[in-house]
Amino acid sequence: MTVATIFIDNAPREVNPKQNLLHVCLSLGYDLPYFCWHPALGSVGACRQCAVKQFRNEQDATGKIVMACMTPAAEGTRISIADPEVVAFRAGVIQGLMQNHPHDCPVCDEGGECHLQDMTVMTGHRQRVYSFGKRTFRNQYLGPLVNHEMNRCIQCQRCVRFYREYAGGHDLNAFHLRDSIFYGRHEDGVLESEFSGNLVEICPTGVFTDATLKHHYSRKWDLQMAPSICVHCGLGCNITAGERYGTLRRVVNRYNHEVNGYFLCDRGRFGYEFVESSLRIRHPLVDGKPATRSEALERFGAVLRKGAVIGVGSPRASLESNFALRALAGPDHFFAGVPDEESRLISAMVRILRDGPARSPSLDEVEHSDAVFVLGEDLTNVAPIMALRLRQSVRQAPMRLAAGLHIPEWLDHAVRETVQDAKGPLFIASPYATKLDDIATATYHASPDDLARLGFAIAHAIDATAPEVIALSPELETMAAKIAAALRGAQHPLVVAGASCRNRGVIEAAGQIAWALCKVGSPASLSFTMPECNSFGLALMEAPPLSEALRTVRSEPVSTLIVLENDLFRRAPANEVTSLLRGVQHLIVLDHLGNPTTDAAELVLPAGTFAESDGTLVNNEGRAQRFFQVLNPSTDVQESWRWLHEVSVAAGSKSMERWEDLDDLTATIAKEIAAFGALPKVAPPRSAVGKIAREPSRYSGRTAMLANISVHEPRPPQDPDSSLAFSMESGPGPVPSSLIPFFWAPGWNSVQAVNKFQSEIGGALRGGDPGVRLIEPSRESVWQYFSAIPPAFKSRSGEWLLIPVFHIFGSEELSRHAQGISQLLPRPYLALNPAEASLVGAKAGGRIKILIEDSQFELEIMLRADLPRGVAGLPAGLPPFDGIQLPLFCKLASVGTEFSARGVL
Amino acid sequence: MLSLVRSLWEVFRHTFARRVTVQYPEQKAYLSPRYRGRIVLTRDPDGGERCVACNLCAVACPVACISLQATEDEHGRRYPEFFRINFSRCIFCGYCEEACPTYAIQLTPDCEMGEYKRQNLVYEKTDLMIDGPGKYPDYNFWRVAGVAIGGKDKGQAENELPPVDTHSLMP
Repeated sequence: MTVATIFIDNAPREVNPKQNLLHVCLSLGYDLPYFCWHPALGSVGACRQCAVKQFRNEQDATGKIVMACMTPAAEGTRISIADPEVVAFRAGVIQGLMQNHPHDCPVCDEGGECHLQDMTVMTGHRQRVYSFGKRTFRNQYLGPLVNHEMNRCIQCQRCVRFYREYAGGHDLNAFHLRDSIFYGRHEDGVLESEFSGNLVEICPTGVFTDATLKHHYSRKWDLQMAPSICVHCGLGCNITAGERYGTLRRVVNRYNHEVNGYFLCDRGRFGYEFVESSLRIRHPLVDGKPATRSEALERFGAVLRKGAVIGVGSPRASLESNFALRALAGPDHFFAGVPDEESRLISAMVRILRDGPARSPSLDEVEHSDAVFVLGEDLTNVAPIMALRLRQSVRQAPMRLAAGLHIPEWLDHAVRETVQDAKGPLFIASPYATKLDDIATATYHASPDDLARLGFAIAHAIDATAPEVIALSPELETMAAKIAAALRGAQHPLVVAGASCRNRGVIEAAGQIAWALCKVGSPASLSFTMPECNSFGLALMEAPPLSEALRTVRSEPVSTLIVLENDLFRRAPANEVTSLLRGVQHLIVLDHLGNPTTDAAELVLPAGTFAESDGTLVNNEGRAQRFFQVLNPSTDVQESWRWLHEVSVAAGSKSMERWEDLDDLTATIAKEIAAFGALPKVAPPRSAVGKIAREPSRYSGRTAMLANISVHEPRPPQDPDSSLAFSMESGPGPVPSSLIPFFWAPGWNSVQAVNKFQSEIGGALRGGDPGVRLIEPSRESVWQYFSAIPPAFKSRSGEWLLIPVFHIFGSEELSRHAQGISQLLPRPYLALNPAEASLVGAKAGGRIKILIEDSQFELEIMLRADLPRGVAGLPAGLPPFDGIQLPLFCKLASVGTEFSARGVL
Repeated sequence: MLSLVRSLWEVFRHTFARRVTVQYPEQKAYLSPRYRGRIVLTRDPDGGERCVACNLCAVACPVACISLQATEDEHGRRYPEFFRINFSRCIFCGYCEEACPTYAIQLTPDCEMGEYKRQNLVYEKTDLMIDGPGKYPDYNFWRVAGVAIGGKDKGQAENELPPVDTHSLMP
């Protein structure tokens, strides 16, 4: 990076000349107030708050006031932040902005973490001198997730810029004019964007606040917080979770430059409420009845002594818990707890990433790709933040236009004027239309097999030595050539695929394209989405899939089945699960929410959710990231691995005695499984860092919160597993980036305090971004092209290929039980192409009978013209269909008719 | 000998001196209204609960002896679900009163809080709430704040203009 020297209040400072003055001043640690600027959104110079005085040269004593966010940090620039005239200017701007502010900080949810409060204090404005009336607005109902209080608005425009320009939403806009500009929807209603929750953090004041937090409100200074990882998809976004009075109160974004940057999706932000769901298991259950901890452990021990044990792990449990079960049951008797097909697909993805030359990119690298091909994925609903990143990636190629005109990247409005509607290459081939289609260069909707064929054809078009696809239609041939040309011409091409289609061909085709690109010398990346938060980690354990468990139960005398944080009825059809459960005498389940599997269990142990436990998850990039306990439960809830450790020690097993706490456990895993060699490096061990307070220094009510139970304050709970302490006391020294419990700096109470934790604004956290990559592509060229190209899909008469249709709310198991999100779940439906609906006599909004294997259901019909012929869609993961392993062929009949032996009609 | 006589005289003289001993508890000493004694929660002039559960008293408290939880009624008026002061920790510094933006929490000239059991010094909202506005008879936060609550719509607070009609075409 080139460096420029600028003079700030006559002190020479070295800065990045590609940036603006506000960016560099904040990077250098100066406190310069701002509102409309945001590191991810760039500068528009609307709020006039970041004024500084610029001087022509050393002799110039007069200078002129400029907006720091709109002025490049060019070599030799001389500015003053402390000049009295500019200080007065900034105070004047705040005074103007505060003129209509409604005097409601005490009842505002933003209070205590409000950027407007921080900036007002920073500029020294204290008293409203304007004596005329205040402008007021009526609020809108924006759904169960985001609350609207429009009086507080300072018209900085950030919400609309984020919502429309950054996140591609349509239903939030600026209305009216002058000082009465109104930000909202055209009418009351739930915000449509999957990223609406970011308005809570983007808004510098309390116009948009977290509506789920409102139900159990707590100030930021009163929250006990810890660094955590989102468990609601495979991307592993970093979050900060906050607790008060023993319950989880909210989740906010935790900046990680490489992973989620500044934003979270609504599932990640509001899904946390499942932790306090009414289905929560908080005490052990023996034979369905509440039992004490010692009774439960006694029963567990007794069952263990009776005979052989098999363990079923889970892709939503931490590596540590899965490993503990593997150690208890033995590596030969540990199974992955995912359906066979999914297990095979994920192993194939891991193998492609490990053995081939294409590297899995971080989400930041995804954003900086300049040509993208998405194969078979509905990213907005499966991996939402990746979709948000791809929305920015299409700006990469057109941005070169602006660069050619010497318009810097941060000058947002000018760049958008230059770029107009130009978009970089993004091709989407998916079984049905996705929300990203609106920015795609071209889309292709077809059955999974046809998608795979297109993929293989692209690979062949890139590198002729890749196998050819036989009998491809001329249109597809042209499309493949076009996509291949775009990918080959790019500097950072990216292929995205995943397991959503449940089709091996799709995954291999994506790998094939990336490999072909690498072979012709292009630095291609290959990103696979993962179905769950630890699917990747579980795959690295190389445990056999669920059907192997059934086989073992049938072939060997197995007395006990231990299921770890897994609802088996979601993983396999009910009859298979039932026969597995019948094959064993004892079923022991560790889980946090009640489900059909826990209902069937002899013994249920209350497992900790992400909020009550420590552990490591591996995201779709192969990045291992640690999450830490936020709250110390007063109930029997604890980490699954700790339950398993306790019981095996009590039962006299020697294998687990070696580890007592998390650091011992991660060291053991690293020693036993080569793929996890770097696991202890994911976060510094407890002994390496002094105490880090989970509670802010202004945490209130310590001597009163438990005084209703006893006036004698208990000793704060001890955390044996990490340096994070359940107290306000921190040791000296800097906090390692993977252990930052919350972002706060003197004078910066809002989330924007993250400025003070970054090496450069918008760049990596100081000390490096958290997480360690566990896989890298192979250096040796031992890989070979896949040659198994599926034949073209032929629709069958009277039968439809049923594919999963993903929903951000509903398809994921845990967030479904969050109170706010549960109000937004889709009703079960069957999606059908209108041309085919008429074949079975179905109308939009009507009902239809569906025969899946041997079970019949009646469902509402949704007509979707984007669905390919011969294909029907069923919402993924939604009960009662969550156990059905799609895709499969189904039969349809109109309500009132019977299924004939040959199918419909 | 001489000192003995002088002592006798002094005692005799004090028999007729003005008495300074106050016969507490039968007789009460005067404490000014701004004396920092037992803490109360007051009501606004309309009789509504003044506390809006903003948590400022709790965060100002140097011994962290105040804890509360905010909640809202169906019309959006915020109030504490519970409000607890552990007087066995309280140092009567009055920071809570200074921090309170609504004059809800006030210190009173009552210092008779002795208890045999420490647990009895934990006061809940019912123990703290009084029926009047205390030292500040006129102030009502909700008449000033720009949020709508039951009985007060947008634009009806002090110094507020009627809500903007966003559908209007007038400049």
